[in-house]
Amino acid sequence: MARAVTTNRKAFNTFLAWTIGFLIFFPILWTILTSFKTEADAIANPPIFLGFDWTLENYGVVMERSNYARFLVNSIVIAGGSTILGLLVAIPAAWSMAFVPSRRTKDILLWMLSTKMLPAVGVLYPIYLLCIQLGVLDSRLAMVVILMLINLPIMVWMLYTYFKEIPVDILEAARMDGATLREELLYILTPMAIPGIASTMLLNFILAWNEAFWTLNLTSVDAAPLTAFIASYSSPEGLFFAKLSAASTMAIAPILILGWFSQKQLVRGLTFGAVK
Amino acid sequence: MGRITLEKVQKKFGDVEVIPPLDLEINDGEFVVFVGPSGCGKSTLLRLIAGLEDVSGGQINIDGADATNVPPAKRSLAMVFQSYALYPHMTVRKNIAFPMRMAGMEQAEQNRRIESAAAALNLTDYLDRRPGQLSGGQRQRVAIGRAIVREPAAFLFDEPLSNLDAALRVGMRMEISELHKKLDTTMVYVTHDQVEAMTLADKIVVLRAGHIEQVGSPLDLYRAPRNTFVAGFIGSPKMNLIEGSAAAEHDATTIGIRPEHLDVSKTSGKWQGTVGVAEHLGSDTFIHIHGIEGCDPMTVRAGGEVDAKHGDTIYLTPQVEHLHRFDAQGLRIA
Repeated sequence: MARAVTTNRKAFNTFLAWTIGFLIFFPILWTILTSFKTEADAIANPPIFLGFDWTLENYGVVMERSNYARFLVNSIVIAGGSTILGLLVAIPAAWSMAFVPSRRTKDILLWMLSTKMLPAVGVLYPIYLLCIQLGVLDSRLAMVVILMLINLPIMVWMLYTYFKEIPVDILEAARMDGATLREELLYILTPMAIPGIASTMLLNFILAWNEAFWTLNLTSVDAAPLTAFIASYSSPEGLFFAKLSAASTMAIAPILILGWFSQKQLVRGLTFGAVK
Repeated sequence: MGRITLEKVQKKFGDVEVIPPLDLEINDGEFVVFVGPSGCGKSTLLRLIAGLEDVSGGQINIDGADATNVPPAKRSLAMVFQSYALYPHMTVRKNIAFPMRMAGMEQAEQNRRIESAAAALNLTDYLDRRPGQLSGGQRQRVAIGRAIVREPAAFLFDEPLSNLDAALRVGMRMEISELHKKLDTTMVYVTHDQVEAMTLADKIVVLRAGHIEQVGSPLDLYRAPRNTFVAGFIGSPKMNLIEGSAAAEHDATTIGIRPEHLDVSKTSGKWQGTVGVAEHLGSDTFIHIHGIEGCDPMTVRAGGEVDAKHGDTIYLTPQVEHLHRFDAQGLRIA
């Protein structure tokens, strides 16, 4: 029997969910609203919610003062590049771990994940020095490689979990049916794994897009992505809230839109392994 | 043609020998059932024949040719899996067509075979559906359809009915049996269900811990089990195995008597006991009796009209001509 849920209860749960959702979304909403205020309205006390003079002035100033397009291109290249490079490494890795496991497979997976528990700042110095030595400081290439490595454990884990869900029987059936390894991958495994690969790709793209620690520390001009663009508008005194908000809104807009259109895939990606 | 011969076939996983060297002959057109308890190596043996596992030693011949190192697809065997193993992203039609597509068969011939398989398996109306939209029985039929269109030398079934409910299982069992009579192709079938083995097989292979305990027709195994294991495994309800003085009377360590070979009386008989549970099935009554030395509980198959309740005293007399005698090693005494 399905669990009995009363209408009142349902209404309450719905209300609660919307409230929590609104609370989480509120900072983003506030940022967007502030970006349309004058600097004076932005720091007004008590704060003004909607009843201010809407202006596009901040966007104008931001566009004038910095080259938004360059930051945007850098973000796309770094997030996209690290995602594609990551998939090229993670797919074969997850594939072999899922279908040809060895005695150490579980250990390797856990060890990989454990690298995510290390504070990133702990390896900043060596990586910074390496970048200088190799002459790749403030280069897109270095950022692509570093962000790929940072997110690789998560990619391998996600893909491994998806591949594990594909029953080995089906692959064996294909083998019995005369499929070669290439045909098995092409006609059976890939079509079955596409939802998993897509959510992994999407989640990783977002993670790389939002990554700020490495991009702020290892880029300055040539390879600086949108995270650096936002940072360049923050000042210790917090004097230019409206402009900072405009810059932030412009930086998060692309990923917000992408996230909106791919909600379903994202939810699947974020709950990987939890729902079977 | 589908003659399969195993010569000294052996399988080890690491240091663990799951199948010690074993010989077996499967004749063309025969329906052979591998039966045994879980973990006895029956599925492994089937997978060795299929080529999904590599042998650790010995040789597998199919139609006289050495197939030991031939890849699965080239052995002209078709396999039906317990989980059906259908391709979830393909329609029924594409699932059935897949082996032919891999073989590069021309489209017209593919269609002809799909239509005829679908007609034979009552799948014509479902050809454009996906496996997810089918019931368990229909999925199993698709899996069988995918196997028959290849016209293989032999079919391999790995517990194909385990995932179906009881009623469907009986129906599918009959369909598989009829399919075998119609196609007259070799079939090798793995099950842990001795009823399936008895009803389907021309030849049963009883396995325990990778060893073949006995090979024979269902009735051979029922009438003359070679040892106590086969005696206890084949037949339902199980044969009663009695040790101690009752066995010594017959110059044996263990004697076996099937539930249907015991005469029941409420007044007198050779052994006296108390009714534990009586299962009234209408046509039969299975009575489980406690208190008989050397075998507790003893099971009796009595007629449907027998009136027995928990706690009743009951007398049993074995039909001596149906008694099985086993020695200290559990082997049959002729």
